[in-house]
Amino acid sequence: MAGTALSGRLSWQLASVVAKHNETPRVITLRLASEVWPEHLPGQHVDVRLTAEDGYQAQRSYSIASAPAPGSLELTVEEIADGEVSPYLSEELRPADQLEMRGPIGGYFTWTEADGGPLLLVAGGSGIAPLMSMLRYRAAAGSDIPATLLYSSRSWEEIIYREELDRMSGDAGLRIVHTLTRSHPDDWDGYTRRIDTEMLEAVTSSLAANQLAYICGPTQLVENVANDLVGLGYPPARVKTERFGPSGG
Amino acid sequence: MAGSSDETDTRLDGNAAAGLLADIFRCEPSMAVLVCSGCGAVGPMGSLLAYGLEMGAILRCPVCDTAVLRAGAAGNWLYVDLRGAVSVRVEIGE
Repeated sequence: MAGTALSGRLSWQLASVVAKHNETPRVITLRLASEVWPEHLPGQHVDVRLTAEDGYQAQRSYSIASAPAPGSLELTVEEIADGEVSPYLSEELRPADQLEMRGPIGGYFTWTEADGGPLLLVAGGSGIAPLMSMLRYRAAAGSDIPATLLYSSRSWEEIIYREELDRMSGDAGLRIVHTLTRSHPDDWDGYTRRIDTEMLEAVTSSLAANQLAYICGPTQLVENVANDLVGLGYPPARVKTERFGPSGG
Repeated sequence: MAGSSDETDTRLDGNAAAGLLADIFRCEPSMAVLVCSGCGAVGPMGSLLAYGLEMGAILRCPVCDTAVLRAGAAGNWLYVDLRGAVSVRVEIGE
């Protein structure tokens, strides 16, 4: 299983910024290259460290959003207005710049085909990133493991990876359900509220038993969804969580 | 889950401390299985609740809130206090 590999020493390394693009008005994706980067497991993260001229250091963890590939990875970063790290990554960093990071990290919140399914993925906002790595991996591997994504965004414009998710939603065995919590287009016929027990019940009612659930997003969303799923009969050991915390990024 | 700490906004998953702890665990830290000294709950480190990642980390039991593992880096040293764990189990492979 995924977490059993010996990790060796996890060292800080320099990665180069290859490309940078906007996902939404407040979210960017960085493509990084590193010669020593091994293939990651979908769901893993990296620690990113910035060092100021006076030696002050700030460190944050970012989920890897891309499908596993040696030498290359993508991080999707939401800019937090008064954050210490994300404004630098969003506004200052340019292609060809270097970034100090260590990883890939984590064996708990990971998924590969060997872990089986079916999969229930629940994301809030930029919590989609590690789940997108799982979906991109699933697509690249041609996996037929059934997967359902329930994704909460504030508005249509703030759905990260919207077009790619639209394309993916035609894939066999993949179902994508959006909910928009603050505003929505006039012709929107999907959910328009925060994820709640009733919504989870409706989305999961048609699913086979024994789903493997991964939840990522703001702490409150993650804890509410995890509690609800256990209440709906999901075994706690099959409900994995990744809290984004207070987004102090 | 996580009853007595009212620091809802600051807690993360033990998974988030795996980078910090990689220097002391030969295996992937988030998969090390710890037994809580407070209530006997058993779970991988990734399923504990992590607090205070700026200075180090405190990993608390999601059932009873006991501080199962405390870690802090200072200079070239990493300090780990495991008195909140009855045992730590890691898979050593074949």
